[in-house]
Amino acid sequence: MTQELHNEHAVVVEGLTKRFGNFVAVDSMSFNVKRGEIFGFLGPNGAGKSTTIRMLCGLLGPTEGSARVGGYDISTEPDRVKENIGYMSQRFSLYEDLTVEENIRFYGGIYGLEGAQFEERRQWAIEMAGLRGKETALTRTLSGGWKQRLALGCAVLHQPPIVFLDEPTGGVDPVSRRDFWDLIYNLSSEGTTVFVTTHYLDEAEHCNTIGLVYAGRLIALGSPTSLKSKLERYAIYEVVSENPVDAMDLLQKQPWVAETSIFGSAFHVSTDASTGSDAEIRRTLEQGNIGISRIQRISPSLEDVFIQLIAEESEK
Amino acid sequence: MKAVRELLSKEFLQIRRDKRMLPLILLAPVVQVVLLGYAATVDVKNIRLAVYDADRSSASRSYVERFTATGYFTVIGYVDDPRELGAVLDRGGATLAVHIPRHFARDVGTGRPVRLQLLADGSDANTANISLNYAAQITAGYAESIVTERLARIGGINVPRVSAETRIWYNPDLRSANYMVPGVVALILMIITTTFSAAAIVREKEAGTIEQILVTPIKPFQFILGKLLPFTIIGMVEVGLVLGVAVAWFNVPLRGSVALLFGLCGLFILTTLGLGLFVSTISRTQQQAMMTAQFFIFFPFLFLSGFTFPIDNMPPVIQTLTYGIPLRYFIEIVRGLFLKGVGLEVLWPQALALLIFGVGILGLSVAGFRKRLG
Ligand SMILES: Nc1ncnc2c1ncn2[C@@H]1O[C@H](COP(=O)(O)OP(=O)(O)OP(=O)(O)O)[C@@H](O)[C@H]1O
Ligand SMILES: [Mg+2]
Repeated sequence: MTQELHNEHAVVVEGLTKRFGNFVAVDSMSFNVKRGEIFGFLGPNGAGKSTTIRMLCGLLGPTEGSARVGGYDISTEPDRVKENIGYMSQRFSLYEDLTVEENIRFYGGIYGLEGAQFEERRQWAIEMAGLRGKETALTRTLSGGWKQRLALGCAVLHQPPIVFLDEPTGGVDPVSRRDFWDLIYNLSSEGTTVFVTTHYLDEAEHCNTIGLVYAGRLIALGSPTSLKSKLERYAIYEVVSENPVDAMDLLQKQPWVAETSIFGSAFHVSTDASTGSDAEIRRTLEQGNIGISRIQRISPSLEDVFIQLIAEESEK
Repeated sequence: MKAVRELLSKEFLQIRRDKRMLPLILLAPVVQVVLLGYAATVDVKNIRLAVYDADRSSASRSYVERFTATGYFTVIGYVDDPRELGAVLDRGGATLAVHIPRHFARDVGTGRPVRLQLLADGSDANTANISLNYAAQITAGYAESIVTERLARIGGINVPRVSAETRIWYNPDLRSANYMVPGVVALILMIITTTFSAAAIVREKEAGTIEQILVTPIKPFQFILGKLLPFTIIGMVEVGLVLGVAVAWFNVPLRGSVALLFGLCGLFILTTLGLGLFVSTISRTQQQAMMTAQFFIFFPFLFLSGFTFPIDNMPPVIQTLTYGIPLRYFIEIVRGLFLKGVGLEVLWPQALALLIFGVGILGLSVAGFRKRLG
């Protein structure tokens, strides 16, 4: 444990690689996760997020590279790693044919909790998941949000210093999603390091650090603010047009336009900050006989950043 | 070990909660042993005999009486034309037909060769074989009695009779239930423990719960123990149930030590649980696991263990193959314990073979399971 105290990083990843046959699911990733922070792993389907987490939890051996979790090497000390982590897999994986209470008892028992300590954690988990009064309900009868909170409760019964949450809010309604993030904040404020994957950009905004994963590679890393500043060389405009498809087509052909993308009823155009301007966009569209009702320069959202970064990455 | 206890109680909780599982576990073996005990019978009784008696003498009648006297044959009718014999067999009315030639009594009396003809319905080869055997024995007995009689009459002296007397030990009235039911006990123990343990592990894979368990500090061997121990216990309970049915219902004598029987069942369970674990590592769904177990384990075991077909009747190559089938040894053990009442002093080679298979298969399966996780 002393090793851990002297270490500012909860997770240290160096050149971590996983191949399935010829397919590279995780391609020499390197990054650190600071103790106590909320670290968000963001990326499209099949990017390699779950595979990375499963290696860090000791469920899967890396093909190459190494990682230390809680100060322990995932390859040589997987048992020590397991003592120091909680894990919620992407698929709901509590026993559906057991009750809330029985699931808590089972995981508490597996983690060696006993007596007063177990009782206290049991109460805590039921309270935290908001399942008071539902202790004897079969887990299969719970709705999505409750299931996820119970799964989180079971994953942190033993108060691990690090938790890995793989898409914990997948398929959950927006209110339950917010509730769930409150739980994540609570854990983090109590000093727990939270490593979470998500598809939601609004969730990513809540993270201290974000790693963007694409096709097995980590293509960007930093705080939401620092990631947005990566787009300083671009100016982003939000355009509302009656014919967005043609408008985007036309703009995409201009040398000073880097990327266009649909955003709800409008679309975003990122232009080279030195050569592009709203006047330029307006002029181009007028020449193409495409009407616009509004054009406005905006500060980039995380989504803009990711679209830009992924576009750059796939051009390589 | 608290973790193992936790897994155990969870497993029993799930078994109790599954409304289909519990009846399956408790009732299925009883039903199976009753059904198989009746179905898997090779007794040949009530052999239907058709007779064409061209001689109609007292000698020919007393020859036919010898058939009925055994209790195995029922004369279903006399025909008037030898060609009808074939017809009676064809229609399935008779299993065996005997053609007694004209001058049977005269030829027998004067010591001339007599040609009797026996026709059997070969569509059930087993029954045909056994009926022909009986008939041959009866005929030989009849011939012998005539010879003795004649010699005695001619010489007026007592002729020393030399004849082989067959006595069947262990199962004197050759009840096939006595022979089959112990085998059924072995079979049920194998099927139940293998499929249930495989299904219980694969179910956790299907549900994804296995991942949640494997990120806990629990060791793979603890997980395996927690998974397999419940089915060891259940397997033993089933043995008790099935034994009860065998003894109380089928009156199969259990001559050997019950404790030894349970002990050796435990030894056999090592093998079956190992096979269950192996099946679970190579299957992703419960259905796959069932298929794999049936085709690659149960079928070959059933046919090559001596349960269905006597090993002595197999071609030498296949006989050699049976040594690789653990069930073979266990069937020998169970039959030996039931019928002969022998103990380890006789059965130790089989017990040793089971131990080697059990430790080997379970060891390899555990290693394979752990490797799959890595
Ligand atoms: N056991 C495996 N064998 C072969 N390929 C695998 C295996 N596990 C994952 N993959 C592949 O590796 C890639 C990365 O999968 P992974 O589950 O890590 O993606 P992800 O980023 O978590 O995606 P999602 O957002 O859909 O959960 C995918 O293309 C997947 O098909
Ligand atoms: Mg995933």
